[in-house]
Amino acid sequence: MVAATPVTSEAEERISVASNWTLVWWRFRKHRLALFSAAVLIGFYAVVLCPDFFSTQDPELTDARQAFIPVQGLHLLDDNGFNPWVPSVAGKRNPVTLRMEWTTDPERKVRAGFFVPGYSYRLFGLIQTKLHFVGAIDQGQRIFLLGSDRLGRDQWSRIMHATQTSMTIGLVAVTLSVILGVVLGGISGYFGGLADQVIQRMIELLQSVPTIPIWLALSAALPRDWTPQQVFFAITVILSLVGWTTLGREVRGRFLALREEDFVLAADLAGASQARIILRHMVPTFLSHIIATSSLAIPVMIISETSLSFLGLGIRPPAISWGVLLQEAQNIQTLALAPWLLTPGLLVIVAVLAFNLVGDGLRDASDPYSH
Amino acid sequence: MIRYILQRLLLLPFLLVAFSIVVFAIVQAPPGDFLTTYVATLASSGTSISAEHIAALRHEYGLDQPVVVQYLRWMQNLLSGNLGLSLEYQRPNAELIGEQLALTVVLALFAFVVTWIVAVPAGIYSATHQRSAFDYVFTVINYVGVATPNFLLALVLMWVAFAYFGIGITGLFSSEFVNVPWSLARVVDLLQHVWLPALVLGIAGTARLTRVMRANLLDELNKPYVMTARAKGLKEWRLVLRYPVRLAFNPLVSTIGWYLPQLFSGSLIVATVMNLPNIGPLLLRALINQDMYLAGAILLIYCFLTIIGTLISDILLAWLDPRIRMEN
Repeated sequence: MVAATPVTSEAEERISVASNWTLVWWRFRKHRLALFSAAVLIGFYAVVLCPDFFSTQDPELTDARQAFIPVQGLHLLDDNGFNPWVPSVAGKRNPVTLRMEWTTDPERKVRAGFFVPGYSYRLFGLIQTKLHFVGAIDQGQRIFLLGSDRLGRDQWSRIMHATQTSMTIGLVAVTLSVILGVVLGGISGYFGGLADQVIQRMIELLQSVPTIPIWLALSAALPRDWTPQQVFFAITVILSLVGWTTLGREVRGRFLALREEDFVLAADLAGASQARIILRHMVPTFLSHIIATSSLAIPVMIISETSLSFLGLGIRPPAISWGVLLQEAQNIQTLALAPWLLTPGLLVIVAVLAFNLVGDGLRDASDPYSH
Repeated sequence: MIRYILQRLLLLPFLLVAFSIVVFAIVQAPPGDFLTTYVATLASSGTSISAEHIAALRHEYGLDQPVVVQYLRWMQNLLSGNLGLSLEYQRPNAELIGEQLALTVVLALFAFVVTWIVAVPAGIYSATHQRSAFDYVFTVINYVGVATPNFLLALVLMWVAFAYFGIGITGLFSSEFVNVPWSLARVVDLLQHVWLPALVLGIAGTARLTRVMRANLLDELNKPYVMTARAKGLKEWRLVLRYPVRLAFNPLVSTIGWYLPQLFSGSLIVATVMNLPNIGPLLLRALINQDMYLAGAILLIYCFLTIIGTLISDILLAWLDPRIRMEN
């Protein structure tokens, strides 16, 4: 220590005065992949905030004559520089199968643009507006950036709305399980005794439950006449019912260890109330750990919701989620005809991947012993 | 050791009773009962059924009794080995579940074997060749494998097989073997079909296990005893396999406890998508049609399989790890 040069002591001082959160941020920043994933997630949640803005048309607009239109890829440049367009489609009925067969024609361009007027909606449920991120210049023209489904609904716009549902479910379900886990795990670890016994047995019972069959049975038990909002809330509760147990165990372990620490005794002697000791002194020491654990729990919730909805027991139409959209892809013959119906699956993978990478990055960053 | 196993076995009946109450409460929970669904189905197909007939049926199935009485009757039947009658199929549940249960277990065990055969060597290679090209390839596959829901992978595989090769890869048997009694030829046919669903089912677990194996082995490889052995001139692959791999293995065995049950549960979704004759699709149908005794029986079987899976892993771990074995 004596031999420390002025330069290192300056750097050391920067570290020693930095708050815990600053230290976590510095370490997290070094993870390039985690940082990139965090940016991807921010993009996802921008869509969650206002899916209508990113849609090109009303997700419920059906037109049987425009079923299974193929992907009209968005091109940004044409011969004269920046000038967005999509190829037009032309349909012809196959005389044998009586099925419409669509061909895209890059020679005939449909003009598209950014920040163009389209259908009317309420931004954040408040401001009436017609502005959309992307769309056709000619408002009467429908463009299908990701094709259309069997009812002629626009896959792109439906995906935007599905993203809102699926990403929110993950977040809400994890929030619920964090609350349950911290409260019950905290009670269990801090007070011990009978409460600890009861809660520990409950966790053991819940953890030995076969999750997927029980989830299915619980979702099947939801009344058929519930509104989409009620179903949404019920599904999040069902998902978090099992999710909290892991966290509950960890929190209990932390409380058990911290209870004996000197700083807790000091706070107690200084006359701090129990609530203050728990919330002000104990919880902050493992808060970053909880955040890392829960960001790793969100992808599990998202996959579970998607699977439940795919089997027809989760979110139900008319509500839209990734799982509901993937139900359209259940039939292999349909899928061979319209492979773009699988695109929601790609989003599931990207979202889960991003959450896992951010979670890994956070876990490493919040661990003071990592290098 | 024997005392430890006995302790675990003694707990089994209590757990099963607790589960039976939970399961019954859940299958009983939906508003209405099987007959309401049944009448609705009949009405939608244009036939009707008289009110007296419904009342008679309800009495016959005991659906007019209080819930507690229904539960006790169900338990009584279960204890005498009677799984009850399926309301929908009008056949004994035991008969309906029978063969499909065996296929559920076979599929899960196959997936388990596939997982370990792939994950352990991949993990060892990744750890011993850290930052090599294959290590990066495995890491990418692992992340994507964990992020892909089972049913999505099944869908993609089925789509690719159908659209590009013109073959269907659903089911566990070729068409000529679907409804015939067991024979050697049928077993061979099953073995030819089971590996693809097993792979789909096991992919997420494989990815996770590879990561665990890699991380554990990396921790071990930096320890002084490895350096000592190397300095003494032990061959590298022999050294790695003989000492660090064995130590890195323990945490892996402890994951069997949650992994095996997860395979039983997970096979439900894969089976539904790939149309496998497994208790999963049967459960799904029973739940939707409120065939409560069938659904209850299957749910209890899932609970039982889960408990058995956990038990096996506890015993294996105690057998492998002296610290746990000697605890008492």
